Amino acid sequence: MQANDPAIKWVEEPQLGLGGKMYLPMFVQGLTTTVKHLANSLSGKAVTVSYPDEEPEIANPLIYRGVHRLNKDAQGRVKCVACFLCATACPAHCIDIVGTESPWPDREKYPQSFVIDELRCIYCGMCEEACPVDAVELTSLYNLTGRSREEMIFDKEKLLSVYDATKDAEPMKSASLGGTV
Amino acid sequence: MATVTVNGQEIELGDDERLNGIQAAARAGVEIPHYCWHAGMSVVASCRMCLVEAGRKTAEGDVQMVPKLVPACQTPATDGTVFVTNSEKVVQARAMVEEDLLIRHPIDCPICDKAGECHLQDYHFEHGRDQRRADIKPFTSRRRELGDTVTLFVDRCVMCTRCVRFTREISGTKELFVVNRGAHEEIDVFPGFPLDNKMSGNVVDLCPVGALGDRDFLYQQRVWFMKSHDNVCAGCSTGCSIKVEENQDRVYRVKPRENPHINQWWMCDEGRYGLSHIHDPRRCLQPQRGDGSEYANVEWTELPAELEGKLRDAGRIGVVLSPHLTVEEAYLLATYIRKCDPDALLAVGPIPAQGEDEAFPNGFTIRAEKCPNRAGVEAIVSQLGGQLVAWDDFLTRLDGGEFAVAWVTGGYKTEWIDEPTAARFTNVKTLIVQDLFGSPLWERATYRLPGASFAEREGSYVNVEGRLQSFRWAVRPPSGVMVEGQLYWRLLERQGLFKARAVLDEVAREIAHFSPAATEIPEHGVDLKSNQLAGV
Repeated sequence: MQANDPAIKWVEEPQLGLGGKMYLPMFVQGLTTTVKHLANSLSGKAVTVSYPDEEPEIANPLIYRGVHRLNKDAQGRVKCVACFLCATACPAHCIDIVGTESPWPDREKYPQSFVIDELRCIYCGMCEEACPVDAVELTSLYNLTGRSREEMIFDKEKLLSVYDATKDAEPMKSASLGGTV
Repeated sequence: MATVTVNGQEIELGDDERLNGIQAAARAGVEIPHYCWHAGMSVVASCRMCLVEAGRKTAEGDVQMVPKLVPACQTPATDGTVFVTNSEKVVQARAMVEEDLLIRHPIDCPICDKAGECHLQDYHFEHGRDQRRADIKPFTSRRRELGDTVTLFVDRCVMCTRCVRFTREISGTKELFVVNRGAHEEIDVFPGFPLDNKMSGNVVDLCPVGALGDRDFLYQQRVWFMKSHDNVCAGCSTGCSIKVEENQDRVYRVKPRENPHINQWWMCDEGRYGLSHIHDPRRCLQPQRGDGSEYANVEWTELPAELEGKLRDAGRIGVVLSPHLTVEEAYLLATYIRKCDPDALLAVGPIPAQGEDEAFPNGFTIRAEKCPNRAGVEAIVSQLGGQLVAWDDFLTRLDGGEFAVAWVTGGYKTEWIDEPTAARFTNVKTLIVQDLFGSPLWERATYRLPGASFAEREGSYVNVEGRLQSFRWAVRPPSGVMVEGQLYWRLLERQGLFKARAVLDEVAREIAHFSPAATEIPEHGVDLKSNQLAGV
């Protein structure tokens, strides 16, 4: 793009007012904000915590995007139907599914294997949004650590165990959002 | 010359063309949605999706329209016919048909294999209503097996009856029929008579929705992940035009590609499901040098220099060109061997035959000859070698101790050489074998060179009727395999990568039989006999 391109809109720098020119009033105005935060911190309303001694509080687990989980249905079976829509939506290509015919009479297809590479994932939440049966969800677990890369590749069993670990603290989002149960 | 008007646009049709409204509109670049109509089968006009306004232009120039909508598939496009496909009335009619079809359609697109290439999905997106007025909750479809190859998802069916008509008109086996009437109509087979004809897989391609599923492909892959490559079936000498669909170098399915000169819209089950050899774990994957008992691995990069040393001035060379090689590959190998030994003998490999040619009512034929390029390789052998030496003839000469070196190309899907035949090669000093799978001959080879399957090759095949079709590779060969064409290209010390088109140009220049291939090869191939007709 050339500097004289008609598509470019040139904006003039705004002129400083009297307060700006005098410097000191603006300085005081800025400092007031700093002092306000200082007062908050001193009175115990700090937003920072000294992790890992202290754990931060997740304000709204419903919209927090942490480790994935695979939800189970009422009979304890994996809810996923292996439609590959999460893998299709995933911008990081971190989901790998092998679909096959399900062993249950009331279900047609299910994932034989469902693997998420948690290191490759960018935690955008597109998989959760794409899922037509609300099977894959992001939990508020954020402290994801491991000793090797292999350990961070979560398979179906591990993702289901994340569900078991988090289902009490974080019930399935689907009911409150009007999805399938 | 007939003049037809489509949405105000006038198009000219040839005198001997007999087109219907859908085909005439397609000429004008207008797509008329349709389910039940298929160019290869009879017209039933039952889906009502192609309803359009039609009329006739009188000699005075006024247009008289039919008061009702008519199905475009059943309305012939004759001189003066007028079609209107974009009026409010037509748009409303399409939306109504779509809504009707979707009332009882299970919305299980997420697990339906057809999703992504489904006409119902596409047409609903384009012509359907935004809102669903029916209050039926999503449900999954009932399923029953129609045979070993095809499964039926009963509730997904839109009753276009394409599959029924296929078994009656094309395969002639009449297994499928419609049971019940009205809203309870279903496709079914008679008890004890499953869908088991040799073209059964075609009904899956014909199905505009996901009602018929390919059991071989079921739940293997979502269609939008796959890339489609034009190719030619290597199953028999008919040489059907096909599409190879792959994802990350794994072939998941093949589908027929329309070719009016060869296979129309169809292909046989043998070709469709005969893919297992491509990803067979038993495939040879390591080039080796040895003496029949001890083998050491060789690098492909070292091979050209090494072979040159072994082949030049080694005595008479006999080379067997397999009917699985492309024309280009056969030509390059023959050229290379001729460079090493101008007196070398070119022979055609064994022609695998199985049963009898099998013709279907519509003319589609499954050939007994289970190789794609007999005609092409035979032409190369007889034109370059001066005479056509067949496999048996070659073996007789071999017994006479004529050859010091033999280069045998295989590439057969099934076992092609037995122990006694392979034992006849013992009097050869250097035996080079290129093949897909191990064989008694492979066990005796001095050089074992793993070869490619049809999906990995690039080049041209000539089918039994003398039609040459070119294609490009669909998947890369497994690690350790070098495609024949690439190897020969390197052996001849040519620059850059193997270019089948450049080789075909050379073949067309040098061998009169291939001269029609000098031009760009169209999608449907060129008829090599055309030059003989012209007296060349």
